[in-house]
Amino acid sequence: MAKKQTVHVKLNGREREANVEPRTLLVHFIRDHLGLTGTHVGCDTSNCGACTVVLDGKNIKSCTMFAVQADGGELLTVEGLIQGGQWHPLQDGFKQEHGLQCGFCTPGMLMSSYALLQRNPEPTEEEIRWGISGNLCRCTGYQNIVKAVQFAVGKAAAGAAK
Amino acid sequence: MITKTTPEVGGMGHPIKRKEDARFIQGKGNYVDDVHLPGMVYGHMVRSPYAHARLKSINTEKAKKLPGVLAIITGEDLAKANLAWMPTLFFDKQMVLATGKVLFQSQEVAFVVAEDQYTAADAAELVEVEYEELPVLVDPYKATDPDAPILREDREEKSNHIFHWEVGDRAATEKDFQNAPVKATVHAISQRCHPAPLETCGCVADYNKATEKLTIYLTSQAPHAHRTLFSIVGGIPEQNIRVVSPDIGGGFGNKVPIYPGYVCAVVASLTLGVPVKWIETRSENLQSTGFARDYHMTAEIAADQNGKVKALRVKTLADHGAFNAAAQPTKFPAGLFSVCTGSYDFANSFCEVDGVYTNKAPGGIAYRCSFRITEAAYLIERAIDVLAAQLKMDPAEFRRKNFIQPDQFPYKTPLGWTYDSGNYEGAMNKALEMVGYKELRKEQGEKRKKGELMGIGISSFTEAVGAGPAHTFDIAGIKMFDSAEIRVHPTGKAICRMGTKSQGQGHETTYAQIVAQELGIPASDVIIEEGDTDTAPYGLGTYASRSTPTSGAATAMAARKIRDKAKKIAAHLLECSEEDLEWETGKFFVKGAPSKSKTIQEIAFAAYTNIPEGLEAGLEAVNYYDPPNLTFPFGTYICVTDIDKGTGEIKVRRFVAVDDCGNVINPMIVEGQIHGGLTEGLAIAFMQLIDYDENGNVQGGTFMDYLIPTAVETPHWETGSTCTPSPHHPFGAKGVGESPNVGSPAAFVNSVVDALSHLGVKHIDMPITPWKVWNILKEKGVVN
Repeated sequence: MAKKQTVHVKLNGREREANVEPRTLLVHFIRDHLGLTGTHVGCDTSNCGACTVVLDGKNIKSCTMFAVQADGGELLTVEGLIQGGQWHPLQDGFKQEHGLQCGFCTPGMLMSSYALLQRNPEPTEEEIRWGISGNLCRCTGYQNIVKAVQFAVGKAAAGAAK
Repeated sequence: MITKTTPEVGGMGHPIKRKEDARFIQGKGNYVDDVHLPGMVYGHMVRSPYAHARLKSINTEKAKKLPGVLAIITGEDLAKANLAWMPTLFFDKQMVLATGKVLFQSQEVAFVVAEDQYTAADAAELVEVEYEELPVLVDPYKATDPDAPILREDREEKSNHIFHWEVGDRAATEKDFQNAPVKATVHAISQRCHPAPLETCGCVADYNKATEKLTIYLTSQAPHAHRTLFSIVGGIPEQNIRVVSPDIGGGFGNKVPIYPGYVCAVVASLTLGVPVKWIETRSENLQSTGFARDYHMTAEIAADQNGKVKALRVKTLADHGAFNAAAQPTKFPAGLFSVCTGSYDFANSFCEVDGVYTNKAPGGIAYRCSFRITEAAYLIERAIDVLAAQLKMDPAEFRRKNFIQPDQFPYKTPLGWTYDSGNYEGAMNKALEMVGYKELRKEQGEKRKKGELMGIGISSFTEAVGAGPAHTFDIAGIKMFDSAEIRVHPTGKAICRMGTKSQGQGHETTYAQIVAQELGIPASDVIIEEGDTDTAPYGLGTYASRSTPTSGAATAMAARKIRDKAKKIAAHLLECSEEDLEWETGKFFVKGAPSKSKTIQEIAFAAYTNIPEGLEAGLEAVNYYDPPNLTFPFGTYICVTDIDKGTGEIKVRRFVAVDDCGNVINPMIVEGQIHGGLTEGLAIAFMQLIDYDENGNVQGGTFMDYLIPTAVETPHWETGSTCTPSPHHPFGAKGVGESPNVGSPAAFVNSVVDALSHLGVKHIDMPITPWKVWNILKEKGVVN
């Protein structure tokens, strides 16, 4: 076993660190070492996107990165979307538009959608579909996920108009 | 008619938002891999790289020396406890860990337990297994050749033939064929695929040596049945086993069987006395657990010159892989495949199925359908189109001519099923209108003149769900009822537990709506719990769209028991006789004096505080519901495709789905189920295939090769409905989750074949890839 290394991240606004093997995947670091299990593992080939988190503003698949590569970075996971007790508009959207069924892909979908809206606050339907195309869902057929993102866009626009 | 409650009560028909969503969208779901127990260790499977090989030796010495390794279990170890083999759910057995030889690539050979998952994986690499390769059998058609290698040396019968099953009137069917002026044949393969729920299978087995209690957190669609099977097979007293199905990340049939990994984790925990977690990787999931379909089918239809069908003859070869691990509880080897007469009025039919072993992963599970229904629906809807095309009749008009008519229900099919209710033409008419069928046919004609390829495919399927009546179904002898228990608290709120288990279907919401409908207690005041065998009443689980037909029915029946008792209490409170009372959602009132009433909440409080003499305190009930029949949802789907002549790429331009599932509990959830099922149907029609090369190497064993549609490939679904209630279900519901997966593959395929029919194309096997289409276009001289 290689010598353990300290990995330090800012996770959902909190400074966190743990000693891990250099080969530890970021998703295992988040789930097993930092104890946040909202981020899921759905495949072993970087296809499914269930492990999607936002690292330094960009959505990444945390199964395809070592924890040591994220050292010093700022991570946002599904657990960090809620702000001051208020759900993020995307979370409202997923509930209101029935954008989830089994819920397993949902955290990854939320994080990819979050990053999409950061890049492009008013995406078209096609842009939404491409924006979540790195995330697989076996339950919803995506249609209501698209509507959920559109709901969040509408809510953000309504908020800005106030 | 269902009395509509107010939105505040949220009974049947209200599109109320899901109660389960809050935890999932905050990352607070509790899936099996999220279960973390003190002292927990991890298992990892050693698997065979060969499809068929003699096991010469297993050397675990190096692996055992790796720091952190706690145990390595082999087939020989299990054999000492008589656990090297386990029974399947359909009269076969399968190896837990290989002894003697391996029969498919990725077969389980040894189970390594270590302090963490990385060490367990490292140690699995260090287990040295010596194999001697044997001839491999991949093609099911060669399974019974005289020179085929015999795969299952454990069986008395030295043959790869598993079963022959036939049903129907062979002689009458033959006669119809002899006399028929018109005959059509289609050979169609329902290809080997995999449900691939986004969460793979896994468990945490936790044996407490002090209490002798074994708790298994398990991705289980049928926790009670699994508890009983663990008890019977493992010899552990059933009261000492608790199976907990936590949140499940999709099932689609994959999580019905018991897999070797579960058994190994249990054995490891029993041995080590600590919790053992085993979570399969995606590749392990696709390569070893629960494949579906692999039915090689021929359908022939005999008809008269006017296109009226007379008889249907079906012959099928079923590839079950190395073990017949078909997780199905019917009394028939091919499950409900004999609903293959579909929505049509055949005078006679004969159906035969032969099952064989090959060197492939075991299974034959029901992937988002009742047992072999998708295969059956696909076959008949394909065959009907082939015959219509042969007679140069419009496929919609051809269906109209041959549908079972509404006044024929209950309708007994020539293969022995009794359909409860239906109006097939009504659903088709609605779909034709929604899609604008006439205009589309006109457009297609114009496009053809210009050399453009456009297709319209119809599928008017009949589903059979809600397994099932005790005369047709059981699991290890256990009848396939399902259950509900309702407890009303003194403040008028309630908790209910069922024997089913949601995997995303939204039971926490829909069951609460049934209680709301029946008792008038708002759905928001009702908690639903499933999946813990220590608390929920016994049930057979969730698959085959059976939750609403069985536990949903049980919920209504239990609620009605509660209402009966509530009436006695109300009569006591209102100082009148029960006969003087009338029920209106949420309250009893005195006939002719509606102001004299007691709400269900007031009655609940009285049940604990002011009970009439001679009546037991409390307000709760349990019901075990054995359905008198299956329910038969149906619908018509229409798919419009455009095909790129240069690349063979298929674009689904429109897809209209009209479903009839009887009375609806929550239209939002029903629509969501249909979207999801259609997307899986799309995947089956165009993408999903678990293939093997001639050496038995699996070709669809990862998400790199086993393609799942993304949001980009998935079209916009257009849904509609008609409503023909089930006459025998307590509130007229039928079940819906699987209809779109059962009905849609034929619509996609019929659409593509229709687009190419003028070129002489009669059938294309799934998955219809651009490569396949491009090759056809090349062969037909459409592209160079």
